[in-house]
Amino acid sequence: MRPPAPSQSAPASRPGALLRSAGPVFALFATLLLGFVTSGCRPLPPADLVLHNGREPETIDPHLLTGQADGRIGSALFEGLTRYDPVTGNAIAGLAESWSLSPDGRSYTFLLRTNAAWSTGQPITADDVVWSCQRAVDPRTAADYASQYFYIENGEAICNGAETNLARLGVIATSPRTVRIQLTNPTPFFLELLASRVFAVVPRATLEKYGDQWIRSPDLPCSGPYTLESWRVNDRIRLRANPHYWDAANVRSKVVDVLAGDSAHTALNLYLSGDVDFIVDKDMFPTELAEALRARPDFHRYDYLGAYFVRFNCTRKPFTDPRVRRALALVINRPRIVERITRMQERPASHLVPFGTGGYTPPTGLEPDLPLARQLLAEAGYPGGAGFPPVEYAFNAESKLHEHIAVELQATFREALGVRIELRPLEWKTYLNNMSKLDYDMMRSSWIGDYNDPNTFLDLFLSNGGNNRTGWRDPEFDQLIQTANATLDRTRRFELLGQAEARLLRVGAPIVPLYSYVGFYALDTNRITGVHGNLLDEHPFWAIGRLPR
Amino acid sequence: MKLLHRLLLIPVLVWIVATLAFFLMRAAPGGPFDRERAPASKEVEAALKARYHLDESLGRQYLRFLAGVATGDLGPSFKYRHHSVNDILAQALPVSLTLGWLAFGTALGIGIPTGFLGAVYRGRWPDWGGSLLVLAGVCIPTFVLAPLLVLFFSLKLGWLPVALWGSLPQVLLPTFALGLYFAARVSRLLREGLSETLRAPFILTARAKGLGEFQLLLRHALRPSLLPVVSYCGPMLADLLTGSFVIERVFQIPGTGAFFVNSFFSRDYPMMVGLVIVYSALLLLLNLATDLAYRWLDPRVRHA
Repeated sequence: MRPPAPSQSAPASRPGALLRSAGPVFALFATLLLGFVTSGCRPLPPADLVLHNGREPETIDPHLLTGQADGRIGSALFEGLTRYDPVTGNAIAGLAESWSLSPDGRSYTFLLRTNAAWSTGQPITADDVVWSCQRAVDPRTAADYASQYFYIENGEAICNGAETNLARLGVIATSPRTVRIQLTNPTPFFLELLASRVFAVVPRATLEKYGDQWIRSPDLPCSGPYTLESWRVNDRIRLRANPHYWDAANVRSKVVDVLAGDSAHTALNLYLSGDVDFIVDKDMFPTELAEALRARPDFHRYDYLGAYFVRFNCTRKPFTDPRVRRALALVINRPRIVERITRMQERPASHLVPFGTGGYTPPTGLEPDLPLARQLLAEAGYPGGAGFPPVEYAFNAESKLHEHIAVELQATFREALGVRIELRPLEWKTYLNNMSKLDYDMMRSSWIGDYNDPNTFLDLFLSNGGNNRTGWRDPEFDQLIQTANATLDRTRRFELLGQAEARLLRVGAPIVPLYSYVGFYALDTNRITGVHGNLLDEHPFWAIGRLPR
Repeated sequence: MKLLHRLLLIPVLVWIVATLAFFLMRAAPGGPFDRERAPASKEVEAALKARYHLDESLGRQYLRFLAGVATGDLGPSFKYRHHSVNDILAQALPVSLTLGWLAFGTALGIGIPTGFLGAVYRGRWPDWGGSLLVLAGVCIPTFVLAPLLVLFFSLKLGWLPVALWGSLPQVLLPTFALGLYFAARVSRLLREGLSETLRAPFILTARAKGLGEFQLLLRHALRPSLLPVVSYCGPMLADLLTGSFVIERVFQIPGTGAFFVNSFFSRDYPMMVGLVIVYSALLLLLNLATDLAYRWLDPRVRHA
């Protein structure tokens, strides 16, 4: 039997007992902490510029990517004949130093720069350009943006399998430094298209050697201002300036960290703490804080090519009747939606093509007119909303904004027309699936322009357009778009496009536009240079840099 | 022998769960390549489906999946198209495991001392202090706690980084934010357990025999009182090691939590099923470990 220990002094005299019981736990904890510090997590040396790029890119293969976040990385690594101007977002010379256009507007001849080179030092030749274009349009590549090649001779035929000989694509190397591109029609926005990622020049040998995983191959040859140094999913991509880039002297930041994350609040915190120099992605703006942030001098507003609109399913009653579609369009109070709900100083718009697109002036769509709306609804057989079948308004539920707008529309239709609609929040993929299968009555929609020309919005609603998704078919509209796009004279072309848009909005009304988008970016202009708001929301990384303190 | 049985049962259970996940994912409407922009042509769409074998019958896809799993290949991610599921797990799992272990250590490191003091000084200030912590830990959800911690310690005081993962200071806030809730649960379990034990007749006997207070508490009372904590450790560890969506999102940590949630929404079938396999295996192993720890701690279980 042990002698009784003095109870009060025990803790001080016998620390060993405590260690014995809690020891293993603490030892484990300490080991892990030590392990963490010494191994896995060596912080990288600091970069010259840290950008927050929004969501993790799904792919950075310039031909396959579709997302904006993906596109920014794609553009940093690979360039085509033209590239985006950091100030205006318009196309400027890229790998091509100059070009000429034939008098009929259908044949471009591009002259490559003598110093156009891969990051390995090898020259970029006309054959590289041709091969890259053939790869992008080849249906086996499965590029969603292959449709941008439909303006080029045989592009569409190759993409839909009617033509299997890739060499018949209207992109031809006429000398090691010259590329001729043959278009099916004069295409005034073709140089803008060429700046998009799906026309970027990619390294043939690497693709042939590594297949699907080419982009992660060691020593990836890049044609753009940067090379890919490291990539940790959901954390960051590190880019290093390409020493052989033709314009390497004007690449402001040598090492750029591009962070990925999907919380706008965290992005803001990182910006406020100075860990991030510039938030590139407009979705990384916490809309709940819009009013507070808008007032700050380092938050800048800009318009960009995006439209928020409502789709009607024109194959389903009661929306088979254009009078019903127009009646609903005629009662929407757009300023209220913008002022009360979105609150980002968006522009209310009854037209689809956003203000300022390529110098085009959009026509007015259906502006509020209550008596006419009621009259149209009565003519369609639903006076005062009587007998109106039950319809649903579907929206993707991940943003509260869409829900608030849905509620607002629901109230408006009920008060103004006696029409009751049910709200149907959908999860993203279900929403997309229902839209493409025309399995909805009314649906919240949006579109971001691919290039700075009204056609990027208007050609959505061509009868055979894959992105139409309303079931609306109008031969006259198709004809107007086709004629317009074959017209060389800019003023006449815009006139025709304006007629087409007016027909879309006022006669057919398969859609009702609500507003054009704006973006906000956070940028301290005393610290960072090279960022400019522009309609295409293009901010090439090579132009961005920290100012010397 | 029972142990061997249970070990052998683990792959069977994982297989059942993975099979369920495989078919349930495919039953959800929409597919991985449904996007806002329609494919350029039918041929493009067909080529995309063929590349990921989505044009095959469900049965064939399932066999292909089983064959892959058998060789340790969980397949390509449909969303992150330059990465395989194995690639992503190799990057993200260590991060979540590290964060989870550290939070586990925090939970025990805070929970056990406060629970112990709470029971010993029942009704006095250490008990009140501990109770306050428990109340805060259980009541404040992580999506509130984490941003508040960032606001105070990072943005206001500037002591700690606001987010990201890589250096030791960046680890502190997420570890604490993740661990606090569990610390509160541990503290409460231990306080109740120890209070109960301290009322037991054998404690009275030990006191009557003149056993010192310290030895009495640590050697005789604490050990049986830890049993509820130990049985909670299994599920707690599973919960922590599998990554937290909220914490990873708030602190922009590249762990598995975000993939687990997002892979469903993006219909990234292989990613989702791969994570289900990893998580269920982890859960089953931890349950087994808990039972073993139980046997070691409690002679009644050992000799039963």
